[in-house]
Amino acid sequence: MYPTPVARTSRPWRITYQALLPLALIAWLLPLIGVAVFSIKPAADFAQGNYWGWPSAFEGAANYALVFTGSDMPRYLLNSVLITVPTVLGAVALSCMTGFALGVYRFRGNLLIFFMFVAGNFVPFQILMVPVRDLTLSMGLYDTKTGLVLFHIAFQTGFCTLFMRNFIRALPRPLIEAARVEGVSEIRIFLHVVLPLMKPAIAALSVLIFTFIWNDYFWAIVLTQGSGSQPVTAGITSFNAQYRAAYHLMSAGSIVAALPPVAMFFAMQRHFIAGLTLGAVK
Amino acid sequence: MTSGFWKRNQQTLAPALFLAPGLLFFAFYVLFPILQSFQISLYEWDGLSPAQPVGLQNYRQLFDDPAFYTSLWNNLLWLVLYLLAIPAGLAIALFLNQTVTGIRIYKSLFFFPFVVSQVVVGLVFTWFYDPTFGLLNTLLGAVGMDPVNILGDPSKVTYGIIAAGLWPQTAYCMILYLTGLNSVDPEQVEAGRLDGAKGLRMLWHVILPQLRPATFICFVVTIIGALRSFDLISIMTQGGPFGSSRVLAFYMFEVALSEYGFRMGYGAAIAVVLFGIMMIYIAGFLWKMYRDERGA
Repeated sequence: MYPTPVARTSRPWRITYQALLPLALIAWLLPLIGVAVFSIKPAADFAQGNYWGWPSAFEGAANYALVFTGSDMPRYLLNSVLITVPTVLGAVALSCMTGFALGVYRFRGNLLIFFMFVAGNFVPFQILMVPVRDLTLSMGLYDTKTGLVLFHIAFQTGFCTLFMRNFIRALPRPLIEAARVEGVSEIRIFLHVVLPLMKPAIAALSVLIFTFIWNDYFWAIVLTQGSGSQPVTAGITSFNAQYRAAYHLMSAGSIVAALPPVAMFFAMQRHFIAGLTLGAVK
Repeated sequence: MTSGFWKRNQQTLAPALFLAPGLLFFAFYVLFPILQSFQISLYEWDGLSPAQPVGLQNYRQLFDDPAFYTSLWNNLLWLVLYLLAIPAGLAIALFLNQTVTGIRIYKSLFFFPFVVSQVVVGLVFTWFYDPTFGLLNTLLGAVGMDPVNILGDPSKVTYGIIAAGLWPQTAYCMILYLTGLNSVDPEQVEAGRLDGAKGLRMLWHVILPQLRPATFICFVVTIIGALRSFDLISIMTQGGPFGSSRVLAFYMFEVALSEYGFRMGYGAAIAVVLFGIMMIYIAGFLWKMYRDERGA
């Protein structure tokens, strides 16, 4: 193991390391800790210039309650859920199939199609802005959650196909060959042989895509406007306009907006990291 | 009859059927719009009235546009400075690659900034930099230094935003390296120790070669991240002050979709330039993948 495990080093370094860990963590998360502290302070603290001192009172409950009752935040949160969940289902379903087709079959153009998915997924997606906005407008889906979901599914299919195809490639091939010899149809092979083995990949992709889509801001402001269809990342800016300079509320709002993917990460940590680091080891 | 045809040809038909929905979707929303961007860039179009073909005029105008050069220069700054996330991520990964109690929680918490939306990262850093109450200036004041208005100073603003972007990106690289370090061959490390390799020499000659796949992925995701930078700029400065923190992606959004006017053609021309820059990297990446596939 590298670096040398602290257990095998001198006592002073062991103690130093144990002390350094929490200090480094606090320094690393300092900007976030600041916002967390802001969110439980009363408004009076900011009026009196007490930004970084001890809160004069703990108003956390009131601040967070106001986020949910005094603004469109619940609406935006619901929109985020209604955009994120269908996107995850759609992109994972489509890429299970494309990944299967590209990972199992040998045919002309296989690698070319695969590379098209990969290249399309790597483009700075902003360059799609003008045509995709026009496309969405002409289908009558501008400013609808459906319009946003359809684009997200299509774009995420690129990344998901890369992921699924490589995962399926690594599955034992004799399993599929044996099923074929027994006369099992290709559709049944997909449903009953390959799909059950893909569960870890499906879990990993689901949490990753959930986080990516929940945190999307660019497409939210390009394809939607207003509280009817915008997700919480875009909603937070209108929330902040509503409560301009009310730092305790803006902080509480930001934390509410950031929380779902964070909760998802901690609940599904193993899958999340497995998905993110696919390919980081040979 | 039909089932007989299916039975005989299913090996050829199945891949087409499985590919069709995903590929059509992807072509419709991603591949086709890329080509459309090229086409629209040859028109003057406000998105409503009929488009007027203008040839290469949008591009000629682009080369005389100081805002374009500012954006291009800032994109280069992003590309170069964003790479700092790689050594920084490696350093934190080496720091955390231990087995003391509670280390798993530490690793998760260090990774935290990556999971948080960039919108929130932008807000958090805007307040962190705030000249009147921001934590940065409070700390600077505590050691007797003058306050700095990072986001209000055209010569500092892009660096300030990049620093904010490095925060989640470093966390990303850290997690990639932690996974890589997990699979470093312990026998090689022990052999290196017996040969007297220690510290940085060990890192350079024994560890880093084994981390090559992780380093490669770090490069890919960091370069893509740098070229996609938009959210932080939009949240922290709206491209200001005086347009000094724009990048190509943001400038394109401004000319095509904001109060500055709806110049779709001009925006598409900027998109084409951005695409050209990215294509250099995509081509390199695909070339490496192609070689790996041939080798496998």
